Amino acid sequence: MSVHEQFAADLALHALGALEGEERLALEEHLEDCASCRRELEQLRGDTALLALSAAGPAPPSRARQRLLMAVSREPRQAPVAKRRWWTLAPWVAAAALALALVVVWVQKSDLERRMASFERESARQLTELQRAREVVSTLTATDAMRVTLVVAKARPQPQGKAIYVRNRSSLIFLASNFQQLPSKKAYELWLIPASGAPIPAGVFKPDLRGSATVINPPLPAGVEAKAFAITVEPESGSSQPTTPVLMIGTGE
Amino acid sequence: MSGTELKGDLTDAAILSAISSGSENGMAALYDRYSAVVYSVALRVLGDTGAAEDVLQEVFLQLWRNPKLFDPSRGGLGPWLAVVARHRAIDGLRKRRPETDIADLVVSVEFDMAGDAERARAIEKVKDTLSSMSSVQRQALELAYFEGLSHSEIAARTGEPLGTIKTRIRSGLLALRKACTT
Repeated sequence: MSVHEQFAADLALHALGALEGEERLALEEHLEDCASCRRELEQLRGDTALLALSAAGPAPPSRARQRLLMAVSREPRQAPVAKRRWWTLAPWVAAAALALALVVVWVQKSDLERRMASFERESARQLTELQRAREVVSTLTATDAMRVTLVVAKARPQPQGKAIYVRNRSSLIFLASNFQQLPSKKAYELWLIPASGAPIPAGVFKPDLRGSATVINPPLPAGVEAKAFAITVEPESGSSQPTTPVLMIGTGE
Repeated sequence: MSGTELKGDLTDAAILSAISSGSENGMAALYDRYSAVVYSVALRVLGDTGAAEDVLQEVFLQLWRNPKLFDPSRGGLGPWLAVVARHRAIDGLRKRRPETDIADLVVSVEFDMAGDAERARAIEKVKDTLSSMSSVQRQALELAYFEGLSHSEIAARTGEPLGTIKTRIRSGLLALRKACTT
């Protein structure tokens, strides 16, 4: 059957104008997107025309023909314009079209100039913002940056991770400091712990010789609410789920 | 278009083309071919000869004023006129303003209603098919078509479940299609 089964009976009712309420609204919505149901509706309307034939018999009174033809003659319609000798008007049409075209071109030119100026302003603004963003990122990720973790005087510096997460942009920046070196083929993996469900991988990193590392915008699903972030040690290719106990964990401030 | 009478064996397309170019004879030919179909469906719905004649006038005059209302690439002229007449008659019955834009009424049929003989054969097949249906199925179709009742009104009138009414109406229309396309 070409028609979607759930709408089959409703289509027949709709062809008769007998469908109402929510069922009618649902069907009309479906018809907007479904060509095969539209075709079936047209066929069903054809079938309703057959019902009209069942009423056949009575002929209209003879005066009805006269009445219609009189009404028609009172409303004469002009023959289509195309039958006139259009070429006699051609020079005027051409001149008018040219004048109109010039006006249109002038209006479009002014409009384009305005839009160009607006684009240039916008572009300059975005360039400044981009420059500022680049400076921030390059400072965060520079290999020659001096990274200092301040701790209580005389205490030994502890490994520390700082995650900055913007949920509605799925944007995450993670800064690690004082992390211990790992054996080769092993790496730290950062996890986003969602409010519900399994931990989501949020980047694999290896600290440099000073124990520092950064993770910038790892691929993350959109809009996940984070309950916490955690770190485990995993194979350097990364794992899809933690395979070792959690080394570090932190919840939102 | 000249004032000569248009012959009865013209195609619907030729009649429509005459009407489009402003021929009153085109309207006369259209009337002679389809006035009985349009009038009889309006009379059956309205039960009043004067009101049925008004629907007849309105349907034909609308096409005269704007022949583009009917798009020949999307179906036959006869069935379209029947569907439009029935809509207008139901509007009249319910004393309401026209609900449907008739330019949106696309009607697709595979049989030809233009020739007198084809029309007579189709009428016979339709009447035979309806009389072979159960009386409850025929009643459901007629209440929807000629009285313009909604499916819930039909269910209330006949005391049957909505689902049964829906199924009867659909299978009834499909039976008519089958009878007239074989």
